[in-house]
Amino acid sequence: MANVSLRKLNIVLGGKPIIRDLDLCVEPGEFLVLLGPSGCGKSTLLHSIAGLVDSDSGAIEIGGRDMTDADPSERGIGMVFQSYALYPTMTVEDNMSFGLRIAGTPKAEIRRRVDRAAAMLQLDALLRRKPAQLSGGQRQRVAIGRALVREAQVFLFDEPLSNLDAKLRAELRRELKLLHQTLGSTMIYVTHDQVEAMTLATRIVVMQGGEIQQIGTPLDVYERPANRFVAGFLGAPAMAFVEGTLDAQGRFEADGMRYLQEDASRPAGRSAVLGIRPEHVAIQPDGDFVGEVTLVEPMGNHQVVWLRRGKATLASLVHDARSYAPGERVAFSIDTARVSLFDPVTGNRL
Amino acid sequence: MKMESIVPPLPATTPVAAPRKAVRRARRRWTPARIGLYVFLLGAALFFLLPLYVMIVTSLKSMDEIRQGGIFALPHAPTLAPWRLAWSGVCTGAACDGVRTGFWNSVAITVPSTILTILLGAVNGYALSFWRPRGANLLFGILLAGAFVPVQVMIYPLVRVMALAGIFGSLPAIVLVHLVFGMPVMTLLFRNYYCNVPHELFQAARIDGGGFWRIFLQVMLPMSLPVVVVAAIMQVTGVWNDYILGLVFAGRDNMPMMVQLNNVINTTTGVRQYNVNMAATILTALVPLALYFVSGRWFVRGIAAGAVKG
Repeated sequence: MANVSLRKLNIVLGGKPIIRDLDLCVEPGEFLVLLGPSGCGKSTLLHSIAGLVDSDSGAIEIGGRDMTDADPSERGIGMVFQSYALYPTMTVEDNMSFGLRIAGTPKAEIRRRVDRAAAMLQLDALLRRKPAQLSGGQRQRVAIGRALVREAQVFLFDEPLSNLDAKLRAELRRELKLLHQTLGSTMIYVTHDQVEAMTLATRIVVMQGGEIQQIGTPLDVYERPANRFVAGFLGAPAMAFVEGTLDAQGRFEADGMRYLQEDASRPAGRSAVLGIRPEHVAIQPDGDFVGEVTLVEPMGNHQVVWLRRGKATLASLVHDARSYAPGERVAFSIDTARVSLFDPVTGNRL
Repeated sequence: MKMESIVPPLPATTPVAAPRKAVRRARRRWTPARIGLYVFLLGAALFFLLPLYVMIVTSLKSMDEIRQGGIFALPHAPTLAPWRLAWSGVCTGAACDGVRTGFWNSVAITVPSTILTILLGAVNGYALSFWRPRGANLLFGILLAGAFVPVQVMIYPLVRVMALAGIFGSLPAIVLVHLVFGMPVMTLLFRNYYCNVPHELFQAARIDGGGFWRIFLQVMLPMSLPVVVVAAIMQVTGVWNDYILGLVFAGRDNMPMMVQLNNVINTTTGVRQYNVNMAATILTALVPLALYFVSGRWFVRGIAAGAVKG
């Protein structure tokens, strides 16, 4: 268990600034997820913590020691890659023990650590196999095992589940979470998948354009997004945005239609963007609003009903079996206590 | 439940569809285009095999029989005497002990020239694709440009340099020359192969604490077998078939087989012994020929591995 702290980190690759003046503190034992669209710099950030990418300025500290210019092998990290990156000519056992053999660890100790990791990841029966003889899920388990035997202070994951099919991904995701609960090690995990971020993280760091947009617990980031980018990136179906104005009493109106009643706590007398999550739109006979059903997406255990009200399109999560037809007019209500308001220019939360 | 009702019809349709397809494919086998293709392939094969056929039958005839003409005729009384003479008795310049000395000289030149060139080319390609030192691309560009400079241009300066170093006309000299001239293509070959290896593999080895040589020897080289085979075939063939460099740099005691073969065939005195010439030529060509037969499958696979995935 170790903490990781980044101070004023700058990374320029090929003349392009990828990471700008980034500060980040990872607490010991935390499962931190770096979340963002591709090209946002999250992978570069992880690689710089691993020492695979040189930073141009700033400092990286792992476990209280300055590691800014340390060799990757000296940082006390274990890393798992998206493409597994297993050594194709070595057996599973040799793959896992390669780093220990380089470090000159005694044979008995190597044996002990490999056996322990293999038992944790159910790889016991596969130790003599080559990576080509393994399935995708098994390969990623071996890659995780290789990081485990290093008994690292910090584990780094670079989109480790992206190459797996949906079923395996969910399975391995659970295993990773269990692993974190068992080991309690510090883990930093890069993904663009919001489900992975929500389920695994103790804290999520949402990134865009090399800058941190918001840091917080999954619930915090989801319920109180700091800006429109975070709000739109998290959640499926995405949060619906309605552009309109807040009057002096805090009432929100968009093209002549009222959405929010007066509330003194809201900012008043300005233009704003209202953000509404689908689960906060409920179709019910005594609802305050009326909308027209435009599309229905059945999901098995629930359905997504798309509604049009004026120019705005809202999604609603429906958990009953009632069927809706496009064109049908329904009454619905909005959980106004849980909506978000953003500045239309800066995109920041109001 | 709805899903299940859709599924059953599928197995019923597939068995019917499968044989129909098979029949069509069988009928298609002898279209005019296909016949034309085979005619062309057979013609091309004949065109290339005919000289080899003439060489083999001529080498098995006596000189009397050759003088009777009929170069396509099979030998009346096949004899191995020309082969024996070519291997151990024919005059190659001043000495008259056949092309066998040249054979062993060529082996002595080819083995180190192949192994050293492949190893150095592999290290070059590995360093260029993974470690990317400053100016790597420029270096690689210069190296490639070297592949386009004709060998003849460099002979005189190389002779001067080697004479100054005191190794001109020796085995190390000719091996060094082959090493230098083989470097651009070998480096290109390995660089392209390693460029297709996921960079994450290299990064994983770095995190495991591997250094330059350990990652090369324990991770990268063991997975390079296909490209090593291609490189070996190219280098062995190139070195074995070389004439001009061997003639200039190898020195009297290390004349490769190709130079001796030329001496056998271009002798200006005495009778031209066509049967011995043919036998000596086949003996000289045997090594590259055997190499292609043995490793043709690997060669194609290696080329494909380098080309398609790139």
